[in-house]
Amino acid sequence: MSTLPLDYETLRLIWWLLLGVLLIGFAIMGGRDLGVAALLPFAARTDEERRILLNVIGPTWEGNQVWLILGGGAIFAAFPPLYAVSFSGFYLAMLVILLALILRPVGFKFRGKVQDPRWRAAWDWGLFIGGFVPALIMGVAVGNVLLGAPFHFDDTMRIFYTGNFFQLLMPFALLAGLVSVGMIVTHGAALIVGRTQGAMAERARTYGVWAGLATILLFALGGVWVAFMDGYVITSLVDPNAPINPLSKSVELVAGGWLNNYRLNPWTILAPLLGFGGMGLAVSGLTRDQKWLAYLASSTGIFGIIATAGLSIFPFFLPSSTMPDAGLTLWDASSSHLTLFIMLLATLVFLPIVLLYTAWVFRVMRGTVGADNLTKNPNAY
Amino acid sequence: MIDMLVVDLSRWQFAATAMYHFIFVPLTLGLSFMMAIMESVYVMTGRQVWRKATLFWGTLFGINFAMGVATGIVMEFQFGMNWSYYSHYVGDIFGAPLAIEGLMAFFLEATFIGLFFFGWDRLSKVGHLVVTWLTALGANFSALWILVANGWMQNPVGAKFNPDTMRMEITDFMAVIFNPVAQAKFVHTVSAGYLTGAVFVLAISSLFLIKGKHVELARRSAVVAASFGLASALSVVVLGDESGYVATEHQMMKIAALEAMYETEPAPAPWTLIGLPGADGRLGFHISIPWLGGLITTRSFDRPLPGIDELVERAEDRIRSGIIAYNALQQIRADATDQDARAVFDDYWADLGYGLLLKKYRADIENATEDEIVMAAQDTVPSVWPLFWTFRIMMGLGFFYIGFFALWFYRASRGWIDTHKPLLWFSLFTLPLPWIAIESGWFIAEFGRQPWVVEGVLPTFYAASGLTVIDLVLSLSMFVLIYTVLIVIMVLLMVRVIKAGPKDNLLAIMPAADDEDDFVIAALPANRATQELGS
Ligand code: HDD
Ligand code: HEM
Ligand code: HEM
Repeated sequence: MSTLPLDYETLRLIWWLLLGVLLIGFAIMGGRDLGVAALLPFAARTDEERRILLNVIGPTWEGNQVWLILGGGAIFAAFPPLYAVSFSGFYLAMLVILLALILRPVGFKFRGKVQDPRWRAAWDWGLFIGGFVPALIMGVAVGNVLLGAPFHFDDTMRIFYTGNFFQLLMPFALLAGLVSVGMIVTHGAALIVGRTQGAMAERARTYGVWAGLATILLFALGGVWVAFMDGYVITSLVDPNAPINPLSKSVELVAGGWLNNYRLNPWTILAPLLGFGGMGLAVSGLTRDQKWLAYLASSTGIFGIIATAGLSIFPFFLPSSTMPDAGLTLWDASSSHLTLFIMLLATLVFLPIVLLYTAWVFRVMRGTVGADNLTKNPNAY
Repeated sequence: MIDMLVVDLSRWQFAATAMYHFIFVPLTLGLSFMMAIMESVYVMTGRQVWRKATLFWGTLFGINFAMGVATGIVMEFQFGMNWSYYSHYVGDIFGAPLAIEGLMAFFLEATFIGLFFFGWDRLSKVGHLVVTWLTALGANFSALWILVANGWMQNPVGAKFNPDTMRMEITDFMAVIFNPVAQAKFVHTVSAGYLTGAVFVLAISSLFLIKGKHVELARRSAVVAASFGLASALSVVVLGDESGYVATEHQMMKIAALEAMYETEPAPAPWTLIGLPGADGRLGFHISIPWLGGLITTRSFDRPLPGIDELVERAEDRIRSGIIAYNALQQIRADATDQDARAVFDDYWADLGYGLLLKKYRADIENATEDEIVMAAQDTVPSVWPLFWTFRIMMGLGFFYIGFFALWFYRASRGWIDTHKPLLWFSLFTLPLPWIAIESGWFIAEFGRQPWVVEGVLPTFYAASGLTVIDLVLSLSMFVLIYTVLIVIMVLLMVRVIKAGPKDNLLAIMPAADDEDDFVIAALPANRATQELGS
């Protein structure tokens, strides 16, 4: 495939970046909906308040969720072995995420269709689960990625996963889960403060400040933990242009190994700095009533925190704890040269269009949501 | 060895969740288009009843759409969860249309669906109409790309096995997109969706007409449904035939099974209208129409149709060359520089999948016995009788609907819409039939492809993840439980919305009040208007 204008190595790197864009895209766009849903039973006390919250995110949450769907599709298309190992290995965790996500579309649509308070309360908790649980488990999954997952391949690339669900709940992974919940809740709170008024906004502000502070603290704790924890380091030469074969490299466990990239490329320190800075600014924006600053800052914080995890494990996607050599990296888990190229073209054509019309829809739906919005539109949730 | 119970449970789970997802998909495809048509009429004529109709069908659409999205996410994740070897083996080709579907279709429909519901008072008339059309377009694009993916599983063109990476890799992306099977499937499937939407609208409009409620809206909706339905029914049948034609080229075994045709028929083959299994399980008593079979499937009078027995013999040969391919592959895996093995592999790789059929019987397939080869060749025959009968049900319904919509269309053009009570009752009771046809269609397409998950390339049992039985029992029972609860709730809500009927007074609250009836309604006391909003 030497006729393609981009070489294999470059394409793999581009796709590593694009995957990061999609996952961070979901965390920021979809994260706001998860965060608002996680705050739903707490920040909003009356039915009217809850309806206001649902109508803040109601018009746009579906489009935001596509970032996740596309993230899944892009992993499948660009890194099929990663899709195969992570989705089947973390089977029950994925199942729980799915069951939680199922509650969202129906929760939004069904809740308002019946007046009965018990019905509405039931869906409120359904929506809460749909926001809180995915945020938690996705964080736990990232924690497990840093720890390494117990899988290996045979020589036909058949996957053997030897762990179970409860082994995913290691202390470090739970810590990562809490960081994820913290940043998502901060982000959701910033949105509520920005788009509503009155007592509910005040409550959301308080939750947001505490969640933001907790995120900073836990993220720092995670950093210290990683410094002492074993990281995975490739010790053989890797040919970034070779056909995929995860078994062709050798990998060793090194204490603090996950910090190597920061030593080698000091500019990458920017990522954790953005994480801390963003969250700190979000907290200060919330306390000082600088609404849009808080929202932008929490987005930046999310970007920084996820980028930190991604850069720490680079070039790994998913290291293996039971057969370290079999760990998946962007060099040995990608699609073919041609597929990566075609998918890049498709992304270059469609992603800008998506961004344009998404921006337009957000503009049309901008503005504060209050009680009058609930009566103006018969389709309001 | 592969745990066949895990494989069977994975198949059950995938089949159940896919068939369930496809309860909602056709209604999304059909209703979105009909809403777009009704809203277009509203924008062109300015008559409020059309906007009311759009809003009313839109409410039902929204309930259905939510279920479609909830079940669709499950589908997207299940390939990796339950079919991990599949995902590795063909992800290089199969993942691309799935990702493009997200980029091109899901973003479009999911972004604009929000504006469809929330944009009425924020957009101009034309602006909102454009949003509605874009939503419908998104749904159809989504069908296109997922069927490109599914079509590739039926007819895996444009790809080759790469021994260095142990997987299929893309060689010609255009061939994947313009796969004739995918094209035929797309047209047949979206037409089936339009037909479903038309039947849905017609059945509920009939109910309103029987009860004498919301007559204005119901009459107009019925006219739209009758014409849209007639066009869709014709397209489903004409292009259903196309789908059969295409399948012969690539899936002769499926066709032979659909026709319960064990022996090769001399051209032109007859077509069996109905048949029963005889004592040996083969075609016993039957009524056939001469020539029709050859005509339908090969579009010719002189090409013979191979029967199941002959196809099994061909499969045996391919299994033998599959063993050669497998041996060569082993040598290449042991020594990547072995040029002789690569030369052999290049000659035989297309039969590698047939060799893998033996993996059901032993891991070291190079040592397979004659008996095992014969058994593996027998495995290429799907279960004949379920296919035979579901195919006839689907076809029967296809012809039924042409007649049904033709009758409605004729009566509508004469202005006889609410005059004939029995026809209205009958229309109401046909409501479940499109779903029977549609689920039959998918059963034929997917079950008829067995034992392959990718025709001739990868056997289904070899594609599953190495999960445990407990994993699957847990997930399958969770899905059954939550899906059952949800569909009960959904049906109850739809009934509620239908009983409540279209909301008159709400139109007043929205701007774009540019014609008379709006002012009349706007004069209603405000508190009465707001009271009804909660529900
Ligand atoms: C012929 C059409 C068709 C077929 C065969 C399938 N789907 Fe589907 N799907 C749609 C047509 C559709 C749709 C019309 O676009 C839906 C249905 C209702 C809806 O909300 O959008 C949808 C929704 C939908 C969603 C949610 C999209 C969103 O958030 O808007 C996902 C992730 C999938 N599907 C994925 C799948 C997968 C992985 C399938 C294969 C196993 C599949 N669908 C079969
Ligand atoms: C929504 C419409 C669909 C329905 C109703 C449907 C139905 C089925 C059924 C009944 C089976 C089980 C066959 C068996 O095991 O005996 C099955 C299996 C499968 N189908 Fe589909 N299918 C649909 C769409 C798709 C699409 C679009 C794809 C791919 C893009 C797909 C991929 C598969 C796979 C991977 C399996 C598992 C292997 C197998 O058991 O055959 N299906 N489907
Ligand atoms: C005379 C009428 C019909 C004929 C000859 C026909 C033919 C076919 C054939 C041969 C297949 C299998 C394609 C494959 O194996 O891949 C199929 C699939 C299917 N049919 Fe039909 N069909 C007819 C009517 C209908 C009707 C009335 C509906 C629904 C309203 C319908 C819905 C479907 C669906 C959803 C599929 C699965 C998707 C696909 O494979 O295209 N069909 N049809």
